[in-house]
Amino acid sequence: MANNILDVKELKTYYRTRLKEKVYAVDGVNFDLEEGKTIGIAGESGCGKSTLALSLMGFYFPPLHFGSGSINVNGVDIMTLSKENLRKKVLGREIAYIPQAAMNALNPTIKIIRFIEDIMKEHRPELTKKQVYDMAAERFETLNLSPKVLNSYPNELSGGMKQRTVIAISTILNPKVLIADEPTSALDVTSQKVVIKLLKDLLEKKFIRSLVFITHELPLLYHVTDEIMVMYAGEIVERGKADEVIFDPVHPYTKKLMGSIIVPEMGMKDHKLAAIPGAPPNLKKKIEGCRFADRCSYTTDACRQGKVSTQQIEHRMYRCIFDSETLKGWHANEA
Amino acid sequence: MKPNQEILISGRNVTKVFGYGKNKNTAVDHVNFDFHRGEIISIVGESGSGKTTLAKIVMGLLKETSGEIEYKGTPRKLKSHRDRKAYWQDIQAIFQDPFSSFNLFHKVEKLLNDCIELQGLKLSREERFEKMKEACTFVNLKYEELYNKYPFELSGGQMQRLMIARIFLLHPKVLLADEPTSMVDACSRSTILDMLLKLRDENEMTIIFITHDVGLAYYVSDTIYIMEKGKIVEAGNADDVLMNPQHPYTQQLISDVPKLHEEWDLG
Repeated sequence: MANNILDVKELKTYYRTRLKEKVYAVDGVNFDLEEGKTIGIAGESGCGKSTLALSLMGFYFPPLHFGSGSINVNGVDIMTLSKENLRKKVLGREIAYIPQAAMNALNPTIKIIRFIEDIMKEHRPELTKKQVYDMAAERFETLNLSPKVLNSYPNELSGGMKQRTVIAISTILNPKVLIADEPTSALDVTSQKVVIKLLKDLLEKKFIRSLVFITHELPLLYHVTDEIMVMYAGEIVERGKADEVIFDPVHPYTKKLMGSIIVPEMGMKDHKLAAIPGAPPNLKKKIEGCRFADRCSYTTDACRQGKVSTQQIEHRMYRCIFDSETLKGWHANEA
Repeated sequence: MKPNQEILISGRNVTKVFGYGKNKNTAVDHVNFDFHRGEIISIVGESGSGKTTLAKIVMGLLKETSGEIEYKGTPRKLKSHRDRKAYWQDIQAIFQDPFSSFNLFHKVEKLLNDCIELQGLKLSREERFEKMKEACTFVNLKYEELYNKYPFELSGGQMQRLMIARIFLLHPKVLLADEPTSMVDACSRSTILDMLLKLRDENEMTIIFITHDVGLAYYVSDTIYIMEKGKIVEAGNADDVLMNPQHPYTQQLISDVPKLHEEWDLG
């Protein structure tokens, strides 16, 4: 078996509200990622995608708290490390993160090169300023970014350019895993393509080994990642190869999510755009049974009882009480 | 539903220039358009192509540098306050960022009440309540839960739906939707599009979508205008333009969109 670069077991993290309630935004997530593979996380707003990303990084700042479970990055359980060690040894070197609002992540009063100098001061203190500049310029050059960017201020760059600069800065130490949280949601299609190309370049040139890509744009995931995980209300409801999940979904939620895809293709107008009725459940309350039961069209009484465990068929994983053949039969009938 | 042939808004050689001298920047460059009653139009282009500027000109928020705009066959008048008020009873907009489209100091009740007042209707308390409730039900919101809340207490999707509730109350003849779905996820996008299409069918409203989402434009619109650097480079029936693009810019734009049944050329 290949080396698992990321191994998450029964991870639970919660937000503590002002009334001291615990809201489990990530509730019992299990997944692993092999070295050299890419995985996409999809789901509605508020399903816990971004919280999962923060949790993987060990970013626990109130109101977010760590509940239970383990996160192994390259064989090291990051929850056993001190904050200082986590920052020095893991973040940036093993695992790096691009936040959702990467465009606002740059301090507008500082030149781009200063951000890189900052990182190097911490991680490679032996380098001189000149060496850092040369290294950064070389890296920017290989990624088809002009080295001129290094000497400009963030507000001089366009949105797509800023996003690419943030990606280049966060991968400067060659981290093993890059977690990209909606890196293209604020960009138009042309800039989106350039950003995706940059991520693919990074993988190809082995500056990063694996990628966790979070988005709600399913057609994009289909082209970028090997596998797709679908999250709903803090749980992973389905995982499988990208083309299987998109064209042959098992879980009713995934099936409905596919109904909201719009692409400019022949025959697209015949397909009825279907919104999922209702809203995701309130996670403050304890939910008995399947979390999707209220919005699912196949709900029976059995769905609302007991915890729904996951079923595994080869590499395919889904969380439903029915078996995949029954579900696929129903999906086919509905169409 | 097919749009009928009555032209509602038309523009000839509409141009907008920002700045002067060395810093002259032509955002909209000799643009011609005809928007019919009941038609759904999409204006598609990348960031900075001038689509929002064009929308603001149509909306009457910016004055065009040159060119003529006709509304219902006569030149548009926006000189006096009364003219503008009359124009805005017929034409309304939804903007990209729902968080900044509401007055933060007003509760939802007042926001909806203002719409009734803009139409100059004299209604009793109960009639107003019924109207507002009906509007909220239309967009799947519960008026009883919301009326006493401030906009910032709602989620992004809820705010965008409240915006549509306002449109429902006002039933304008033209709706300008400037990137209405770029800040919400794919699921809410379907909900919002569904509601807008339903409104169109009920009131024969003209909807102008300003978007960079080519998929959305293809799915909803009858007519598409492709903008590049302030110029309209291609226009026509949505199927013709997107399935058989002629202009190189349109071709490139379509190839940039990730699709499901074709390879995505990252070139």
